This record gives sequence, C-alpha cells and structure tokens, in this order.
Amino acid sequence: MTRAPDLPALFDRADGLYRDYKLGAVRAWKARTGGLAIGYMPIYIPCELLHAQGVLPVGLMGARDDLEIIKGDAYYQSYICHIPRSTIELGLNGNIDCLDGLIFPAICDVIRNLSGIWQTLFPDKLVRYLDVPQNFSPDIGGRFYRHELETLCAEMAGRGARPYDPEALSASIALYNRLRRLVRDLYALRQEAPWKVPTSELYIMLRATLVLPVEEAIDLLEEYHACVEAADDRQPLDQARVLLTGSFCEQPPIGLIRTLERSGCYIVDDDFVQVHRWIKSDIPVEGDPLNNLVQAFLSDAIASSTRYIDQGVKGAELLDRVRISGAEGVLFCAPSFCDPALLDQPMMVRAVETTKTPWTAFKYSENTGQFQVIREQAGTFADSIKLWSEA
Amino acid sequence: MKYTIGIDLGSTTTKAVVLNEDSVVMGRGITNSRSNYEVACQVAMSEALINTRFSLLRNELKSEGLSEVELDRWVSELERRFRAEQYRSQLTVLTRELNRFAGRMLIGGAALRAAVGRITGLMAAEVEDLYAEGTRRKSDFFRDLAGGRYMKLAETESRGHGVGYDQVVGLFDKSILDVENSAEAAGRFKDHMAAAVCAAGAADGVLGQAVSRVASRELEQIGSVGTGYGRQRLPFPEGQIKSEILCHGLGAHAMFPLTRTVLDIGGQDTKAIQVDDQGIVTSFQMNDRCAAGCGRYLGYIADEMNLGLHELGPVACQSDSPVRINSTCTVFAGAELRERLSLGEKQEDILAGLHRAIILRAMSLIARSGGISNQFTFTGGVAKNPAAVRALRDLLTEHYGDLDINISDDSIYTGALGAALFALRDRRRSAGAPAIH
Amino acid sequence: MSKDQSQVRQKDMIARHFDRLAAAPDTGDKTAYTFVPGNLTELLLSFDLLPVLPEINSLQSAMRGKTAEYIALAEKFGHSEDVCTYVKSDIGMMKSGNIGPTGQRLPDPDVLLLSYTGCFTFLKWFELLREEYHCPVAMLHVPYQPDGRVTPSMRDYVVKQLRDEVIPTLERVSGRAYDEDRLKAHLALAAQAEDDLVWVLQSAKHRPSPIDAYFGAVYYVGPIFSAFRGTQAAVEYYRALRSEIDERIREGKGPVTPDGEMGQERFRVVVEGPPNWTSFRQFWKMFSDEGAVAVASTYTKVGGMYDLGFRHDPSRPLETLAEYCLGCYTNLGLPTRINLLAQYIKEYEADGFLINSVKSCNSFSAGQLHIMREVERISGRPGGFIESDLVDPRYFSAANIKNRLESYFQMLEQKRMGGAA
Repeated sequence: MTRAPDLPALFDRADGLYRDYKLGAVRAWKARTGGLAIGYMPIYIPCELLHAQGVLPVGLMGARDDLEIIKGDAYYQSYICHIPRSTIELGLNGNIDCLDGLIFPAICDVIRNLSGIWQTLFPDKLVRYLDVPQNFSPDIGGRFYRHELETLCAEMAGRGARPYDPEALSASIALYNRLRRLVRDLYALRQEAPWKVPTSELYIMLRATLVLPVEEAIDLLEEYHACVEAADDRQPLDQARVLLTGSFCEQPPIGLIRTLERSGCYIVDDDFVQVHRWIKSDIPVEGDPLNNLVQAFLSDAIASSTRYIDQGVKGAELLDRVRISGAEGVLFCAPSFCDPALLDQPMMVRAVETTKTPWTAFKYSENTGQFQVIREQAGTFADSIKLWSEA
Repeated sequence: MKYTIGIDLGSTTTKAVVLNEDSVVMGRGITNSRSNYEVACQVAMSEALINTRFSLLRNELKSEGLSEVELDRWVSELERRFRAEQYRSQLTVLTRELNRFAGRMLIGGAALRAAVGRITGLMAAEVEDLYAEGTRRKSDFFRDLAGGRYMKLAETESRGHGVGYDQVVGLFDKSILDVENSAEAAGRFKDHMAAAVCAAGAADGVLGQAVSRVASRELEQIGSVGTGYGRQRLPFPEGQIKSEILCHGLGAHAMFPLTRTVLDIGGQDTKAIQVDDQGIVTSFQMNDRCAAGCGRYLGYIADEMNLGLHELGPVACQSDSPVRINSTCTVFAGAELRERLSLGEKQEDILAGLHRAIILRAMSLIARSGGISNQFTFTGGVAKNPAAVRALRDLLTEHYGDLDINISDDSIYTGALGAALFALRDRRRSAGAPAIH
Repeated sequence: MSKDQSQVRQKDMIARHFDRLAAAPDTGDKTAYTFVPGNLTELLLSFDLLPVLPEINSLQSAMRGKTAEYIALAEKFGHSEDVCTYVKSDIGMMKSGNIGPTGQRLPDPDVLLLSYTGCFTFLKWFELLREEYHCPVAMLHVPYQPDGRVTPSMRDYVVKQLRDEVIPTLERVSGRAYDEDRLKAHLALAAQAEDDLVWVLQSAKHRPSPIDAYFGAVYYVGPIFSAFRGTQAAVEYYRALRSEIDERIREGKGPVTPDGEMGQERFRVVVEGPPNWTSFRQFWKMFSDEGAVAVASTYTKVGGMYDLGFRHDPSRPLETLAEYCLGCYTNLGLPTRINLLAQYIKEYEADGFLINSVKSCNSFSAGQLHIMREVERISGRPGGFIESDLVDPRYFSAANIKNRLESYFQMLEQKRMGGAA
C-alpha cells in the first residue's frame, strides 16, 4: 500500500486547520450537529468529559505569528508573555465566537487571571477556571478534582449539553485512548526515524487535531502515520538528535521549529501540544469512569513544570525522556516571561548536567519574527554535538 | 502688547508659543533641545517673540490697507532677509569659534585654520543664494543648514589640501555648541530687521515705518507655563510647570475643539490622551519604560539604514507590500533589519512594515487609555512622517471605521500651545476674569 | 515620644525574633520557612517552630540596597531575567551566606511550609529551595476563588491537607504532637490583633486620614503578616498602634511620613499592587510631596482580608485556617478584585486610584489594565498606571514614574477645577 502521494494533501488540510483563526471546522461541526463547542487553554483538560456530553472540545494555543495584536496589547504590560494577548485579540475580534465557553486549566497566574478577564468580557459564555490539585493523594486531591470535574459536567449540562452519563464517558475514554496511542506511536516513530517524521510536520498534525472531533482526529493521525511510514523517499541526514523542552503553553512560530530542523537538529522529543500526551498510558475503561479520569491525572500524568513534584526528584522524568528518545542534547526553549518553564529551568539544567548531556537555552514568543540568532545558536549546538559524538 | 508664553521642552526639540490676551497665537519658536535646556528655552522663546513681531508687522501693514498678496510678498521677503541676517551673524560666531579651536591645535593648526578660513569664506559668500527667493532649505536650524554645507566643503578640503576630514569635522562639532549657546542663536530683532529692511531697499517707505513701530512696541509677559519631558529643568517657578499630558490635551482641544482622543508620538514617549469637551484630560496612558515605538526608535532605524530621519517616511510610502514586523524592540531592530535586507526584502517594504508596527503599538496604548472617540487628533514629531500617518489612517479605518482625523501643520507646537493657554487661564483666574473655554 | 511607641515596639519584636533565629543552631529551636499569603503562623507556633519569611527577607534586602547584587548572583546561576525578583533575591541572599535583615545569619530550614496561596511562583520557589536544603516540605495547596466564593469542596480540600499531611509533617519535624488547645489559644490572640488592625486601616475614612494606608500601612501589617500573628506581643502592638492613631484623629493630624508630618491632604487615592522596595522612600515622597494620601490599598490585604469581616475563629481551628488561606487578596478572582477596589473608592471617598504594576508578580499584575478600566467604569473615578518592580532596582525609573504621578495628580486637580468652573 503506498499512501505517500497523499501526504502533501493531508498536510495542506492540517495546515489549513492550523491557520484558520475563525475555526471554520468548528463552525461546520456546530452547524452539522447543533452541539456545543467549548474551548480550552493549554495544557490539559480531560476532553473525554466534554465528548461524553456531546460537546466538542477545541484546543486554543494562541494565534501564531501573523495576527496583528492591538486590543490584546491593551490588556497586558510588556513583561507578560504573549499568549493571553492573542487569545484576547481572537476573542474581541469575534474570531472564536463560535465557542460556547472557554476552560482555563490551572497552570499559572497569567492564564488564571485571564479567566477573570474572560468572565467580564464574555459574561454570556461558560467560563470555567478548572482548578487542578497539587496534592496527589486520591482521598484529598482526588476528591477535590472529582468535584471540579462534576461541577464542569453540571455547567455544561446547564447550557444544553447532554447530562453526565458514565457509560458515555467510558466510551469516550476508549476513543481518546486510541488518539493518545496514535500520538505516542507517532512520537515513537519519530524517535526511531526522525527523518520520516519531521517535527514541523508532526506539529501541524497535532495542532489540527485540536479543532477536530476526536473521531476525525484519529482518522487524520492514522492516515498521517501510514503516509510517513511509507515515505521511503525520506532519507536520514547527519543531524543531531535533540530533545526540546519548555514550550508547553505558548507555542513557538512554525518558522522557529523549521529553523531548528534546518540548522541541523532532529527534534526527537518535545513539549508541544501536550494535551494528548498528558496522561502517559491508557486510562482504564472498566469501573467508574470519572474516577479513572481522576486517578490518571493523579498518578499517570507527565511531570509538567506546572505541577508540584511531590514524590521523586525534579528533572528525573526529563532524564528518562532523554534516555528513551536517544537525544544527544537538550534545547531549553521557553516562551519569554513563562514563569513555570523559566523557574524550573535551573533545576532542569542541573539535572541534565548530572549526565553530562549538552544543552543550550533560548526564548521566543509566539510572534517572534527573526530566527537568525536562534539559527546560529542551534546550528553551533548541533555541530558541537556531532563533533562530540565523532570524537 | 501683553502676552503669555508656553514652553514645551521636549527630548529632541524645544518649542515656544506666544498668545495675546485674546488667546490668538502670535508667535512660535522652535530649536534643538541640545544639552543646555536653559539655553534651548531662551532660544525658543526669543524665536517665538521674533515671530510675534512679524505677526504684529502683518497687522500693522494690514491696517495700512495692503492687499493679502502684497502682504505675503512683503512679509515673506522681509522674513527671508531677516533669516539671512540671523544666519550671517551665527556664521560669524561659528567662524570665530572654529578659529579659536583650530588655534589650540599644537600640530597642523595653521593648515587647519587655512582650511577653516576657506570653508567659512565660501559659506559666507553663499548666504545670499541660500536665502534667495524660491530656494528650499532643508531645515530651519542653523546646525543643520550650516552643518550640512560645512561637511560637504570639509570633504573637498580633505581631498584637495591634505587636511584630515575627521579633524575638520571635529572642530565643527565643538564649535557649534558655542554657537547654539551664544546670544546670536536667539536672534536680535532690531538689528537684523534693520539690515533686512535696508537690503530690501524699503527703509523709508510704509514698510520701514511699520517695522520701526513694531520694533519699538513693548512686549509685556503676563504669564508663562513650562511643560515637556525636561520641564523640571525649566527656569520656571513650580506653580508654572504643568504636565505635558494636560498641555497636549488642552492644546489639541484649542486646535481642534471637537477633539476627544489625542495621540502624541514624540521623541521619547508616546501618549494616548482622552479629553472632554473643555479640553480637560479624563484619562491617559504613556508607553512603558521601554522606548520602542517612539521617535527615537525611528531615529535609530534611520541611522541603521543610512537615511535622514525625514527621508524615512517618504521612502516607506513608496512601498505597496509592507513586510510584517512584530517587534519594535530597539535592541533587536538592527539585527532584524540586516536579516531582512539580506533576505532580499526591499528597503521601502521593511520601512513601511516598521511604521505600521510603531502605529500598532500606539493603537494598543490608545485602547488602554479608553479607546477612540471622534474626533481624533494626532500630534508630535512623528505626525510629520507621512508613512506613520498613512499607517495610522489605515489602522484607524480598519478598527474604528470612519473617523475625523486631525493633523495640524503646527502639531509640534501642541504642548506649548496648551501651556500658553494654561498661563493665560491662570492669569485670568488670578485677575478674577472667567476661565477661557 | 508616644507616637513612636508602636514603631519601637515593632523593631524590638523583630530584633528578638531574629536573635532567636540566629541562636537556633545552638538552642535547638527548629525553623520553618514559609510565605506571607496564607501563612499558618499559629499552627507553627503551636509546634514551637520559628517562622522565617523569605518574601520579607527579600523586601528587607531591597530596602538595604542589597538586591541588585543578589539578583545578579541568582541570574549568574541560571535564573532568567524574566522571573520573580523576590525569588532571585532570596536565592542570591542564600548563596551569599544567608545573612538576614538584621545582619545575623539565618538558620537553614528544618521544614519548608509551602502554603501555596494566590501565587503560583511560591510552588516553584520552594521546589528551588528544596534542592538546596534537602529538608522536608509540607505542601498546602489552596485552591483559587474564581467565582468570589469559598465552596465546601475547597474548604474540605484544605482542611484535609492540613489534617492528613501538613500537621503530621510538622509533628515529625518538631518532635511534638499536635496540640489543638494550644492552636486555639494562638487563634484567639490572632483575632484580637485583627480587630485592632482593621480599626487602624479603617481610620483612613476620616478626613484628613490619620494614616497612609499603603506606604504607612506596610509597617502596620508587618507583625500580623509575619512571625507574630497569634502572639501576645502582636496583640499589644496593635493595641498601642490603635491608641496612637486614635490620638492623631483627635488632633486632626494627617499621616507621618519618613520626612515628618505630611502637609495638607490634597488627594485621597486607593492603591492596587505591591510597592517598590528598592526606592520605597523616594516612591512614597512622590505621593506625599503632592499631598496625596493612600486611604486604602490591596497590598495590605495579601496576608488576609480582615476588613471584610474575616477573623480567625478558635472554635473551628482547621476550618478557620482554611478559610483564612482561601480568602487572601491575590487568591480572589478578578471580578472580585475589581468590585473590592470600586468599593474602597466609594467607602473611603477617594478621588481616584493608582495601580503600581510590578514586573515580578503576575498574580497581581496580569490583568491590571483590565482592572483599571473596569474600576474606572464602575466607580467613575480616574485610574493611574505606573510600572516598577518589587526588588529589582533596574525596573524603577524615578523620572518616568514621577512624570506619570505628576500628570495624574494634575489631572485630578484639573478635573476638580473644571468641575467648579
């Protein structure tokens, strides 16, 4: 079976979804189904819950680099990151008015406070600050989180979504397990053969899944997987294998990812679009599904910078990822003014240094327009890794 | 004549406006702010007073029954000749200072003096042509006019006579400060006017008589207010210093009484001001501590591109496909420009993008200050830049629909005008008269 | 002089506390590092643990002119220039020998009590310190109040953490069993001091206001925000302070500033946001020179919103601690903050409000421009906006701030005159 010829068309479709500020796909879905669509900010929400009540979850991750920010800048001082500006710009421009609500998971003070702005700007929409526990004991944090989720379910139902139904949730979990597995497989394939799965392409695919119903997202990724597996024309180059970390909320412009690849790096693991990787393995579909969602959050989630690392050592998971991905170096690539990433960085650097893994660091914002410095920095980094590995 | 004066001490230029008791603008003066604020203030003031006497002269001649056409011809000829006299007297000071500095050189002083002599001799001979009827001068400032010519001639000298270009130029840089700080820079109305009248061959006629009446008129200052970035350094008592925000608001209101939103982009900062129907400021925002997007940023870009500040706008206006520029960070501007040029992007397209980026920042500031209400008035040095104005018009139309956008040729004097109005108002209040509206 | 009595008392309290801290390695006293918002001082005291407050150390370092050096040191160790300067100043201080505000060395913590209230950075701060000190951490996650109310789920979550995790950790570290009666006794003392503090803060409703409720009140909240809430010393301090202020009201006096008695009260303003500490006196002077008095502020509520009626209630010890933590100012949603500011403007008859937006603190700062517009809309009073930082002297541009403040006060003046004309 040769699927390779379909790849350009597939990519174009994904790229179109990624570039569509107006969320045309979401509007079409709503027109077709009459259902509610609710957006969510980075990094993670349990999309299953929305899906089970017939709601389309829509991931918002800022506005790339080509949206002119006027209104958004009126809300933020120069020392605050970029993603809340573009989110406000999209909101006030009416670009995302097809969303019936927006969920703000607890990841940092900026996103938290954005939820308050949203409450006053859009009083008719569902606006939910989804507090997540930093205590990971089932009886304490688990109980609190479950209550947060139940509140969300009730609010959605209050706006016309189907009421909470455990059977429907179990089915949704199963679907999302499939999606998560597909993403994990693609990440594994990229680790094995990064020339077949360029990150700049995989990234666009993942972004596209954020605006699609999970069923279509699964189709898209399955098709993509088949395409890249068959892409025999893609041949390995002498590039350095790097792990990129810190870009979990505000996303870099696609030009930055391409710049890294062109300057000699194969990105073999990253923090982009973590929503489908937040839970590391399949969530059980037997038993109380809401409990299963809660338990997965408590005990099977990634060691994000936005979480308190209770048991265990800071940076241990990063070292595991370096090992598993076979990365030869680490790129600390955080948005300017991102508190969680930047406050974590000294600890992560120290962890990486214990294994003598080379690293370098730079910052971006989603609308960074020039990559010259990063190109030089990443190029030098990749070259030095290659020299090192030859020596 | 009784008058009030407002002085706006900006980071780049110092402006003065003279008002008569009926709130009519009688004179305006402008000069480089340079390092000595007090001198800058003096120069701007005496410029404004000279300008005031020209206004008085116009009024005198008008009452003599001269037609508008005649009036324009006569006054502009006199003004031209007056400026030539002013230029000449500053050139004299410059020559003296150049020689003084050259005389201090231990080695090569003689050659340098000879070169300076030839240059200033040529410059003196050119004054007549420089101020001939119909000649366009690229600036009204002696520093720019004389400087430009001096640099050209210095180049010839360094080629022809083996004198170091840098040395000749260095002399000018030292001497010009003394010229600007001299009494000559402020101008002498009586003397220069007398010379101008003579040169025009009009000493005995109606014109001569009117000039001597105006020259002997007493100008009595009844109030003054200082404002602007350097206002704390102005030689004014504390009560006579007002924030530039208030002065800009009132000045814009005076120029365009229907103004509700004012945008001022100056050298050092950007201000968005909302005023009510009396010109009273209701809210304002200024750019944060970073100066990105202000006039200074344009100056920096001009340097990077090897262009004059005044050339930026016209070059940018040639673009029909501006590039997108997201950062107006002055620190990164140089690198970004070079990268874009190296990618083959056109200079005018980059410049047009930069102008749009600056105005985008300003738009955010306006939104912060409470949005835009009709009418909208744009002031400050950047309002003279056609590319900035074009970007502003485009963005305003895109985001706020049809608006009346006011830009005055005299917009640079907005703050000084507001200050002079405050001075008049204070005077009236203390005299028990109703406040002006 | 009687008017200085409270200040002398406070100085003395602080000196004694730091003496005990300095002697801790010898006396065997155990210390807990913890934070101001949502502090559990009574609980620590009931275990005989001595509190150390890194935030207060950072602001004290700033007032002593040390933070430029400390921040530079932390940045040298890889901390980004973008992040909170309280954290960097603290880390720099630690790396420079951990010499506290009194010039004495601070003991290493025996436990880090991470009560995570209203600010995400706290969590990272103690993760960073844990790497340095390798000591136990007692984590207390306090959920946010997005909708302006404390739900039973939130309260239960906090109480459970206190009972099942925080208290057992403190028992292990201190070697003492949890003694609820002791805790109750401290809570009762806390409530007494809180009454007097609220009286002092609300004295600003008088004309002229006898206090500056921002700059001056920073000193007034000192004991209750730090190591002394729930002590007899704090009760006495606030009683003394109250009688001093009472006297000022009777004499019709305005606030005392570092440069002496303030002149005529010309403007009454409400202030949002923390002060700048590196140029604290200069900053204050920019207000007092203009005759501007802060009649209410939100910064003085980061350690507890007592003026809205909350008091520590000894009859429900863990519930009351939970409610205290949940109610601290920066834990409140933006709509609640907006309404609070508008309410202050009304109740304290303010001419306007000023926001000092600090680069370090996203919890405070993110959204302040929105807060400004909304408060202007609701209150009809003009807002002013200035930008600086907590303890990084690079972000205090005196000329710039003075220019804005002057413009703002002149605008208030002009509005007043315009209204009269």
